[in-house]
Amino acid sequence: MKKEYNVIGKSIPKHDAHIRVTGKAIYGHDIILPNMLYGAILRTLHPSAIIESIDLSEAKKLPGVVCIITADDVDVNNIGYKRDHPILKKGDANCIRDEIAAVAAETKEIAIQALQLIKVKYTVRTGVYDAFDALKESAPQINKFIGGKFENKNIAEKFHYEHGNLEQEKKNSAHIVSRRFTLPRMTHACMATSNITAHFNSVEKKLTLYSSTQVPFLYQRDMAHALKINPSDIRVIQPVIGGGFGSKLDIHPFEPICALLSMKTDRPVQILYSREEEFIASPIRQPMVIDLTAGVDKNGNFTFREINIIKDNGAYTSWGATTPFVIMQAFSSLYQLKACKFDATAVYTNNVFAGSFRGYGNPQATFALERVIDLLAEKLDMDKAEIRLLNANKKGEITGQGLYFDTCGHKDCLETVISKSNYHTKRLTKQTGRFKNGIGLASMLHVGGGAKIYRSDGCGTILKIDPYGYCTIITGSNEIGQGSETVLAMIASEELGIELDKIKIINTDTDVKPWDVGVHASRTSFVAGNSLLGAITILKEKLNKKAAELLHTSSLAFDYSDTKIISLETHEAVALDKVVREMHFSSPNELAIANYFYEPSSQFQDKNFKGNVSGTYAFASQAIEVEVDTYTGNIRVLDIHVAQDVGKVLNPLLLGGQIEGGIMQGVGYALTEELLMQEGKILNPNFHNYKMLTAADTPNIHFYPIETIDKEGPYGAKGVGEAPLIPTAAAIANAVSNALGLEILDLPITPEKILQALSLQKQTTTLKTNPISK
Amino acid sequence: MKKEKKPNESLHHITFSLNGKRVSCSIKASTLLLDLIRDTFELKGTKPGCYEGECGACTVLINDAPVNSCLFLAVNANGKNITTIEGLLQHDGSLHPVQESLVASGAVQCGFCSSGMAMTIKALTHQHESVPHLTGAIKKALPSREEIKKYLEGNLCRCTGYVKIIDAAEKLFALDIEKNEKGI
Repeated sequence: MKKEYNVIGKSIPKHDAHIRVTGKAIYGHDIILPNMLYGAILRTLHPSAIIESIDLSEAKKLPGVVCIITADDVDVNNIGYKRDHPILKKGDANCIRDEIAAVAAETKEIAIQALQLIKVKYTVRTGVYDAFDALKESAPQINKFIGGKFENKNIAEKFHYEHGNLEQEKKNSAHIVSRRFTLPRMTHACMATSNITAHFNSVEKKLTLYSSTQVPFLYQRDMAHALKINPSDIRVIQPVIGGGFGSKLDIHPFEPICALLSMKTDRPVQILYSREEEFIASPIRQPMVIDLTAGVDKNGNFTFREINIIKDNGAYTSWGATTPFVIMQAFSSLYQLKACKFDATAVYTNNVFAGSFRGYGNPQATFALERVIDLLAEKLDMDKAEIRLLNANKKGEITGQGLYFDTCGHKDCLETVISKSNYHTKRLTKQTGRFKNGIGLASMLHVGGGAKIYRSDGCGTILKIDPYGYCTIITGSNEIGQGSETVLAMIASEELGIELDKIKIINTDTDVKPWDVGVHASRTSFVAGNSLLGAITILKEKLNKKAAELLHTSSLAFDYSDTKIISLETHEAVALDKVVREMHFSSPNELAIANYFYEPSSQFQDKNFKGNVSGTYAFASQAIEVEVDTYTGNIRVLDIHVAQDVGKVLNPLLLGGQIEGGIMQGVGYALTEELLMQEGKILNPNFHNYKMLTAADTPNIHFYPIETIDKEGPYGAKGVGEAPLIPTAAAIANAVSNALGLEILDLPITPEKILQALSLQKQTTTLKTNPISK
Repeated sequence: MKKEKKPNESLHHITFSLNGKRVSCSIKASTLLLDLIRDTFELKGTKPGCYEGECGACTVLINDAPVNSCLFLAVNANGKNITTIEGLLQHDGSLHPVQESLVASGAVQCGFCSSGMAMTIKALTHQHESVPHLTGAIKKALPSREEIKKYLEGNLCRCTGYVKIIDAAEKLFALDIEKNEKGI
């Protein structure tokens, strides 16, 4: 592939930014269909209760109410990764999100009024709100749909993984550190709340869903299973999506509920979450307790890690239960490691259930791991940068888990942030007075070429050039704001010599677009990019033949630039649109169209979770400097230096946006964001009390892309989307620890925890951020 | 247009300027400006993010000041000048410099906060009207990066980490300085 690019590597603004910044983009909230009804959902008042009776009589009398459904009115299958989640609940309420009834009415106001008229009789039970309590023999069985598979009735899912000789490596260790880490509930807080518009056509018996799902084809299949209809009778159309971050990987009950209301009423129905509902009833990052024991030999080489994780699954199982796939990769393969034993258990409780969230378990794992690496270095009295450099992953490494690093920028990333942040000077600065500064390091490893956790990790493309020289890319992949449409347009422009404004992307309709597994695992630019390149190669073969004919040359070597096809032999050129017209309108009358399905070279892991699960891997390191106010406990993040192995920079502007956005989510995870629960109820379901960071909190972010040009990626690029937030909380925790000499064992690191720990530090020398945990 | 009429609820007649056009309507006392804009006038560019004045996605300008339209009773719009994101577009369909700067700076990802961000930045430009040097009028100092950050505090964004939004505002004001220096 040529080294100099015309379009790739340039800061091209997002191709769909104009419609979004002018208010012309149509999001789910903006859809109005003729004769549309508004749906609303009645949720349980109690997180654990017996639903004795539901009285709809008053609600049904309210003028404007068209339809009310409960579990008794529908014939449906359970949803969820384990099919353990009824769409409408009957008999038991097990979680504060539980859907008991749903109303469709002429206006939103009437629908909400009707909910207030539904009388539900509950017998309140004592719930189980702690995963460790749920594992006790005395605990009641929380989810009745799963049982018997594991030794305990409340275990939803288990993962076990190991490599190397653990006992031997324990003996080889000069120091061993053991800690328990507690990770909070964080919520996606997408700026657009969850929404769906369902339109069932009773004549054709077809269901159209205007949905902001991230995985339209899996969604179509799961929805069909839930509703007991044929998947091909469901058309999923994605309006512009107001934020995803993993929250839309699962199908959620409100979606089939909306479809059911439309099927019952034969009218379109729309459900829009309020912000409060969004906080209560949309997914979260998995809360978990991680017990990590790790060793190091006398020279600073990592020997072993032993991990035991208890995840609070909540009342039902989502894709979130599978995050140990990713968590174990961080533990088994971030930094070279001789032996690893990993156990993770997802436990049912009466809490809200988790979903998937950007990073997919990796921020939790990396926080624990990178904290322990600092502690191991302290035991050895070794420099914390040094120990990381010594153990950094290497090009050509095959890890104990079977991940193969054909390219690896780990060491480059570390060296870059260590030098750019003046790590060693900053680290040594003596701290006195009210404000104390600290600097911390952390790295991360994440899939960079998709992740084969489904039968296929592929993506289809249909590519078309019209007789006017415009190009249409019909891609299976989805745009959720991350900019993948722009990257695809850039690739087509680069390869076909067509201006960007003559390239159209069609990607919102399952009836039209070819299959793709969905937008997740930082995979879209990599997988959809490769898929498009495959289609371009096929289309060019067709175009080349016709161009050779028109230019009277036998050579099929051509350059595509400036909307022309230029013979490399004769240097004569023919306009691209002319070639297309000649293809269409002269013998043998062929379309300028090609399709391609790209499947990454990755493997499906075996039952021991071994195998090269991704086409390539991304690495990143961050060095973060903080200032702690020891009077208030307030932490200010000053500078974040981030180096990330992105393979190849496709678009610096968009890449920067992914990095900065990811990092700020990581800062929120580290310092401010926690969905607080008490006895199964959410205490802070609003932006006032759930503290998302604002523009005023933005630190200085210094980004250094590391290009390793991976042969698997489009132009050498790797996936980038999740990586930036993964090491942020870990690096901040290490920085705070450096500033104050405190241990940090849980997140978020709030001023209250700092002050508590500082007062404890005064009294004793044993230090923790939160003396209650452990 | 959906009529939300209930038998015993009295309606209030209001007249105001919406994006430079004089409009009138009859509304309930409880109608929020956000709903009036989105549902009655079907201007969907103003986004409903929280309905509690926390996220800023629904920011509009009322007499050039930024306001969360979800906290503003529509009856109080009577006699006022309301500008929404739709009113920011130039007459020839080209982007307003604020929008231009947001696009060029890479400040738009999912875009759900973008309307509100654009309106807030627009409001900031009103506080710092550029005045050609020749007029001799006194110009307020252009905002510093820290002042811009503080000003944008009421607008949440989950995608961008704010950096490029702040950049966009900063570049806009830098452009202002350039224009002034050239006396444009």
